[in-house]
Amino acid sequence: MTNVLAIFDQTRGGSRRLWSLLALVVLLGTAPFWPDALIDVPQSIQPPLAQTVGGAVEWFARDATIAGLAVKDLTRAFAGLIEVPINGLMVLLTDGLETGAGFNKVQLAPPLAWLGLIGLAGFLAWRLSGRGLALLVALAGAYVVTFGHWPSAMTTLANVLLCGICALILGLALGVWSAGSARAEAALRGLMNVMQTVPIFSYLIPTLLLFGYGPAAALAATVIYALPPMVHATVLALQSVPAEVRELAALTGCTRRQRLWKVDLPVALPKLAIGVNQVVMMSLNMVIIASMIGAGGLGFDVLTALRSLDIGKGLEAGLAIVALAVVLDRLTQAAARANAGGPGALGRGDPWWMLAILVVPTLLSFVLPALSQWPKDWVLTTAPMWDALVDWINVTYFVPLDAFRTFALLQVMYPFRDALLAAPWALVIALAALSGAVLGGLRLAATVVGLLGFVAIAGYWDAAMVSTYLVTLSVALALLVGLPLGFVLARRPGAVEPARLLLDTLQTLPTLVYLLPAIMLFRNGDVSAVIAITSYALAPAIRYGMEGLRQVPADRMEAAAMVGCTPWQAFRAVELPAAMPVLILGVNQTIMMALSMLVIAALVGTSELGQQVFTALSQGKTGDGIVAGLAVAALALTADALLVAWTRARAAAMGTAPQ
Amino acid sequence: MTARQTLMVASAVLALAAPVQAFEPESSDTIKVMIGDWTSMRVHAEILNVILSTYGYDVEQVIADDSARYPGFEAGDLHIAMETWQTTQNALFNASVATGDVLDMGELGPRAREDWWYPIYMKDLCPGLPNWEALRDCAALFSAPDTAPNGRYLSGPASWGGWDAERVAALGLPFTVVNSGTDAGLFAELDSAYQRQAPIMLWIYEPHWAPSVYEGEFVEFPAYEDACYEDPAWGVNPDALYDCGKPQGWIKKMAWAGGEAIWPCAYDIVRNFTMEGQEVGTLVYQVDVEGRTVEDVAMEWATANEAKWRGWATCAEG
Repeated sequence: MTNVLAIFDQTRGGSRRLWSLLALVVLLGTAPFWPDALIDVPQSIQPPLAQTVGGAVEWFARDATIAGLAVKDLTRAFAGLIEVPINGLMVLLTDGLETGAGFNKVQLAPPLAWLGLIGLAGFLAWRLSGRGLALLVALAGAYVVTFGHWPSAMTTLANVLLCGICALILGLALGVWSAGSARAEAALRGLMNVMQTVPIFSYLIPTLLLFGYGPAAALAATVIYALPPMVHATVLALQSVPAEVRELAALTGCTRRQRLWKVDLPVALPKLAIGVNQVVMMSLNMVIIASMIGAGGLGFDVLTALRSLDIGKGLEAGLAIVALAVVLDRLTQAAARANAGGPGALGRGDPWWMLAILVVPTLLSFVLPALSQWPKDWVLTTAPMWDALVDWINVTYFVPLDAFRTFALLQVMYPFRDALLAAPWALVIALAALSGAVLGGLRLAATVVGLLGFVAIAGYWDAAMVSTYLVTLSVALALLVGLPLGFVLARRPGAVEPARLLLDTLQTLPTLVYLLPAIMLFRNGDVSAVIAITSYALAPAIRYGMEGLRQVPADRMEAAAMVGCTPWQAFRAVELPAAMPVLILGVNQTIMMALSMLVIAALVGTSELGQQVFTALSQGKTGDGIVAGLAVAALALTADALLVAWTRARAAAMGTAPQ
Repeated sequence: MTARQTLMVASAVLALAAPVQAFEPESSDTIKVMIGDWTSMRVHAEILNVILSTYGYDVEQVIADDSARYPGFEAGDLHIAMETWQTTQNALFNASVATGDVLDMGELGPRAREDWWYPIYMKDLCPGLPNWEALRDCAALFSAPDTAPNGRYLSGPASWGGWDAERVAALGLPFTVVNSGTDAGLFAELDSAYQRQAPIMLWIYEPHWAPSVYEGEFVEFPAYEDACYEDPAWGVNPDALYDCGKPQGWIKKMAWAGGEAIWPCAYDIVRNFTMEGQEVGTLVYQVDVEGRTVEDVAMEWATANEAKWRGWATCAEG
């Protein structure tokens, strides 16, 4: 193998294609005669990684010391520190001020009234963007209140806010540090990529060991997941500060620190706001898992509703998460635009108005308790309708749906899976390395061999192949549905805003909510898994499909119309090539999203890597969970490395600059 | 919030109705009671909350995952859990007790049962049920296209274990074992099949609300004995383990060992806390099927059974 690649890398241009073709023929031609060791991963090359890692984590969390202090005590002290602001926010948002203990507990002051908070958010929306956004905020708030989700939503909001602040501070610090040095940036980028792709279930137990049960552990786990976009955004933002601005700073004699705080960061503010926006959205993705380790809030409401099979109630709680996400997303985006000098900024008297809007209803709630707690008898619900709808579909359409499921399983899915499982592991790695060599050279090939080799010696090869099969099918489905849908939406300017709402819903509505109806109709198993992964991967496919076409310059389209192109010809010959770089990026994002949601597939009873992670968590096997999680990350990094190389190769071939 | 106020008012009423309280809690530190995402656990935790609050303890309910709870208990982040099921948590629980940081607080009362289960209408099609031997001839009834000609048996999430694949092999049953991903997924399929009166064979456990909503029976396998899981020679298949049903098991309370010195009387109350299986079924039914809140149901139970729980608290009643 290595010899072939060594020769290969020395050759360039036309002979490179010849060599790779030759290698392909040799590989495929000899594969049937390979020894068993190259077909199934032999036990002898699988070291007991899980035990080693598990032992190391246990030691670190229980016995390790730094300068005489136990690591555990340090992290516990940190957790105690973190809980101060969490508790403060809880007093303000959900509990109010209480005194005494147990049944002697008396509420001295109610929490901030819902009317005040919604009013404040609405006022901000009006100032930053306009009447449309204010109306959206009011509607979302009204939904959360009248459907009885306000207290849970505020618990979730408290967690998300704090997670945003922590990620902001950490992300800024790491970003500023790495923006200064290329080597630090490369190392950090690698670490961030791993953090983003290792499923959260795999580091849940170490987090609990270190931070204890409760909001601090949930916060730590969420910050690990949501931090990478903030770091990326900071690096990008600082790098995009114009050179003239920096020169000016140097001319006026700024110190390094002054330049950072007074020049770089203010100029980079709009891009930083986009990072904050990503952090908030990602931490909202995590609410279900965070609620499993003590965060409570809306995520717990969804879990309990679904546990008693109350699909309607689970959907309503899930939609409250969406409402919260949409409001936070639009507000942070509007703030980013306002900072960038767009329309709307706060006037001089506004802070006083905001204080009044917040405080007056809260004071009124001493006399009118309905303002702090929506009365139980007034709570609306549509749950019975949703339950009845699912039941009706189940009774009426189960037979045709089951026929479709059977066809998909027996004719498409199982044959593909069996082929992947039967393929010799060494052949799969060799083919991946070969494509790496063709796309990016020897270095990329070596990376691919290292990553996939890790999966093999970690003992998760078969599980990884099942994962590959599920992700490949889901991505294909998501692209087939998502890209055309994005193209259609791009042509209707009026559809953009509703489409964005749909995409946000797809990304923030907890999967479990639609997983249960899927299980009722398609049973536990691979079909439900593909539906779950696809529904997540659909959002980037639609988004990039839409953006790709919208970015095609109008004059090119006019030129196409003038030379007499039919709409179809214009689409094929002009629009599609011009949109290609964005579309390829979309393919990349779709694959990464599908891989990062792999662990969800475990919830419908698959036998892939996500399941290994999930089962390790349930059985308290720390080491197995981490190693399986790293195997997921290895798959994701392989896919990413190959895709980035492919994007570059495509861009070079089309004469456009690499992204 | 409203629920907390109800609790406050109601426990104040309870306290007023009782003779003047002489009892002072040993410590004002908060007792953290774990709640999981299944109903009986939440009802029991809430009942305990009412009792301990009435005696003046400061109680907080902390949400934790069933299987991921142990580090929390060993470190003292969680103090009391009212339910630990032998059927799924046996190994983890024993390992945790062995560390010395966690206490076994005795059985709650109800016995957990779990095994293969079918809706009652399947009995008309396969009259030999509930005897397991009938499954040999009836397997085709339970088959799905992707398992045909074998029957399809929907087992629990892979993490539950349960040796179903081994059981199928040992007893020579023409069934294919399919794992569900979650507990909810299990009941979603049952609900779907029950609505259509369609065949289904799956893993059900009690106490749970499902048996009170869906009519059905457990398959009667040869009764479990330890020897069945340890000695191949035992049972109908002389060469294989697992040729019997699943073990039925206790549900135990557990607690952080360090709390014994802080709140001895509260720990006494937890040790004395017991429930009847039937009673638990009713409480769970009221929440999951009738849609009442856990707080209301727990408070109603505490009001109706005041004499009973005051009997558990001899250390506080003096």
